[in-house]
Amino acid sequence: MADDRSARLLLTFCLFLLLLNYPLLTIVDKTELWFGFPALYFYMFLVWGVMIFVIAQIVKQRKKKP
Amino acid sequence: MGLSVVVGCSLAYISLLFLIAWWVDKRATELRPGIVSSPYVYALSLAVYCTAWTFFGSVGRATTGGLSFLGVYLGPTLLAPLWFMLLRKIILISKNQRITSIADFISARYGKSTNIGVMVTLIAVLGIVPYISIQLKAVTFGINTLTHFGEAAPAPKPHFWQDAAFWVTLAMALFTVVFGTRKLDPNERHEGLVAAIAFESIVKLIAFIMVGAFVTFGLYNGFDDLFGKALQQEETARMFTFSGSGITPFSWNMLMLLSLFAIILLPRQFHISVVENTHPRQITKAMWVFPLYLLLINIFVLPVAMAGKMAFGDTVHPDTYVLSIPLSQGANWLALIAFIGGFSAATSMVVVEATALSIMFSNHVVVPLLIKTRLFGQGKDMVDGASRLLDIRRICIMLMLFLAYLYQKSVGSTYDLVSVGLISFTAAAQLAPSLIGGIYWKRGTRQGAITGLAIGFLFWAYCLPLPSMAQAGIISDDFVKNGLFGLSFLKPYSLFGLSGLDPITHAAFWSLLFNAWFYSIVSINSKPSMLNLTQADLFVNIGKYIGRQDSDILKREAKVSELRNMLNRFLGEQRTIAMFQEYESLNQVKLGQQQLAQADLVNFAETHLAGAVGAASARLVLDSVVKEEAITMDEVMRILEQTREAVEHGRLMEAKNAELKKLTLQLTTANDQLKNLDRLKADFITTVTHELRTPVTSIKSLSKIILDYSDELDDHRKQEYLRILVMESDRISRLINQVLDIEKIQSNEAPLNFETVNLSDLVRQAARGMEQMFAEKQVTIRLHGTDKSNNLRADRDRLMQVIVNLLSNALKFCNPEDGQIDVELEQASDKMLLRVRDNGPGIPPTMQQLIFEKFTQLHSQTQGKPHGTGLGLFITKSIVEKHGGSIRVESYSVAVPQGAMFEVRLPL
Repeated sequence: MADDRSARLLLTFCLFLLLLNYPLLTIVDKTELWFGFPALYFYMFLVWGVMIFVIAQIVKQRKKKP
Repeated sequence: MGLSVVVGCSLAYISLLFLIAWWVDKRATELRPGIVSSPYVYALSLAVYCTAWTFFGSVGRATTGGLSFLGVYLGPTLLAPLWFMLLRKIILISKNQRITSIADFISARYGKSTNIGVMVTLIAVLGIVPYISIQLKAVTFGINTLTHFGEAAPAPKPHFWQDAAFWVTLAMALFTVVFGTRKLDPNERHEGLVAAIAFESIVKLIAFIMVGAFVTFGLYNGFDDLFGKALQQEETARMFTFSGSGITPFSWNMLMLLSLFAIILLPRQFHISVVENTHPRQITKAMWVFPLYLLLINIFVLPVAMAGKMAFGDTVHPDTYVLSIPLSQGANWLALIAFIGGFSAATSMVVVEATALSIMFSNHVVVPLLIKTRLFGQGKDMVDGASRLLDIRRICIMLMLFLAYLYQKSVGSTYDLVSVGLISFTAAAQLAPSLIGGIYWKRGTRQGAITGLAIGFLFWAYCLPLPSMAQAGIISDDFVKNGLFGLSFLKPYSLFGLSGLDPITHAAFWSLLFNAWFYSIVSINSKPSMLNLTQADLFVNIGKYIGRQDSDILKREAKVSELRNMLNRFLGEQRTIAMFQEYESLNQVKLGQQQLAQADLVNFAETHLAGAVGAASARLVLDSVVKEEAITMDEVMRILEQTREAVEHGRLMEAKNAELKKLTLQLTTANDQLKNLDRLKADFITTVTHELRTPVTSIKSLSKIILDYSDELDDHRKQEYLRILVMESDRISRLINQVLDIEKIQSNEAPLNFETVNLSDLVRQAARGMEQMFAEKQVTIRLHGTDKSNNLRADRDRLMQVIVNLLSNALKFCNPEDGQIDVELEQASDKMLLRVRDNGPGIPPTMQQLIFEKFTQLHSQTQGKPHGTGLGLFITKSIVEKHGGSIRVESYSVAVPQGAMFEVRLPL
């Protein structure tokens, strides 16, 4: 259902709005290395990548159902 | 590196762009499936968002603000899931209305208002000029870095023709003019341009990744090595965190918000994502491809910034690291590739932005002005066709780039790229309340939009560009230091005493707050015009308008010839003819035979014209030839409530259906009743004929005896037989009379003849008439209550029949030895009671209901054989009921221990 998809996308927006904002960012806002990357840098790109993946999955779902 | 090499490569690159655009346009004219309709090309063309700012500026920004530069790309990524609702809606509306720019969109929403079109255009042009200026600056210092790397900065040149930036500006302007205004498309769609932009997006991505990979894996041994070393130095370790870079949570939020708006509201983004969109379904793929592009182009920003900082310290401007790192390593080829990447980022931005702005400026400022002067003045051909429109746009582009050049020379040079770019983002964000309110809030009005835009723009101008101009020394900087008129709460960087924020966050906060607030409050307190109302409904509820012409919204008509002349002037003769042919074949009409163009043709012409000159201008143009019928509030409400009407109509149909079912049921019942009556009638006829046969048989046999044995019969016998014959004949005639009576009473053929009747008289009369019969049987009759007159309205003859019937019944059944009949009249409050009582055997309770039915006869004990026809009481009852009265019998009861008592009630 298109409505389901809209709701999922809206939830995605809300979730990542939370993940990419304060106060959660203070957890990773540290001068240290994670897996050889700055913690904040690592976190941001990880969340970013996951978000792209999630959007792609939600958008793809429609293709299966004609 | 020689200047000629740099210029030569740039020219070669530009030629390649032209080749791509030409090839795609050629394919489009051959009607082959355009590559532009691919969602990937769409997503790549959206990456026009990444300009020289991204390519050079992000690195510079990272050296001071750490990872905060990511906000500019995370904002659009965050919005991407909502494109499915937001962007799709905007695209659907724009296709429906043939929107050509964001100014067109907002002006169309608020009643195709010319004023709003002008305002949005001015905000966009003035707001975006700084943004264009940084592209010029980036290309200029790119060339300078390549040609003069390692030398002292060249001394400022006294004349502009010695200034590289001037020549860059000129070249960019020419390129944009040639590239962006090659033809006038009715929908402002430029497939070749889009394809070239998508190509440029690939070039800049590859170029940047090459530089990033060179730095990370060439100069260092991968990310570990680079970041590990960066952690060792205080200057680069600062860039690890927000707190270290001095980024506050609020400025991070505001940066994301501004860029979230920018991805929709920047004129070039609106142009690429909405106007150049070929189909809404392109969005779904772009929703994740475009964020992925943003992610890829940003991976190496921080490593390059750190490497540059570690390599150069403060000796080289951070905005040029992308070029200076390869140059310092002697990798001139890579520096050249990086320059081409930055050059492509800058050109794509300038071309699309300037084209979009020129469309706005010509459609919303120049054309309305020309139309108005033409209307007010005497001039006839101020505007005479497509080529004129293109000329206007070309001049607009030149002017805008010149403005950008001036800005860069005077103000831009003192700031880094991103700071200047964010000024433009803040300006574009001013369109957010009017646009987002416009498509989700029906109540938003033209007045609200004008107020919000104006106030937002004023706050923006006062807090950002004006102070920057003051600091550049163009205007006095007194108001920056001490506040306007010396009022300290009016300081542009700490308005109303709000300090501690960086200038962008500060300005964005105040301007957006007042903008949104005034937009809402004025909207609520103002009354929208009719057109504003209909457009608002169309924008907010676009779903219900898709797939149908909204021709019924405005009732307008014009002369076909005038319409044709006007279209010729703006669209050119060929396109006008094509347009009319399209209309004729769509609607199966011949326009040659029509004098007047109806509303749908006028609307058809308007949408086509809107594609060329924008909605507001198209409306102005049409107003000159169109007669608009007054459209009443009722009609508007009718249009707006069409959906509700449809629902109500459905409900009405349901009610009708239920009613129909009820009627069918009633008909079935009636039919059953009719069948029943028919059966009763048949029964009746059977009974009647049977009753008739009995006397006829006895008459026949007796007559035969008399005929055959006439001689042998004595006189006495003969007398006896003849008496029986007469009696039986009487019986037949009585029966026939009574059947006729029933027929008459029941069929209403003989209506009752109402008159005032004295019932006492009637009873006395009937008793007197039957005196003889009473005497014969020695029955005494007593009358009660007949001494006073009892008047009522009734049919005299019928009532007499009732009394006679009852009396003869009583006579028939009363005691043969001591017969007594009592007739009693009594007047109750609203009725007259007539009781006839005998002292006969009475009527058993089981028979009491039956005796009023047809052909029910009682066998009297004394006489054995029944008298009469069995119709008397039935007729009596029928007559009484016709008078609105009732009849009942009482017998075998406490009140009537002996005999029977009939009581007739008649209304007075």
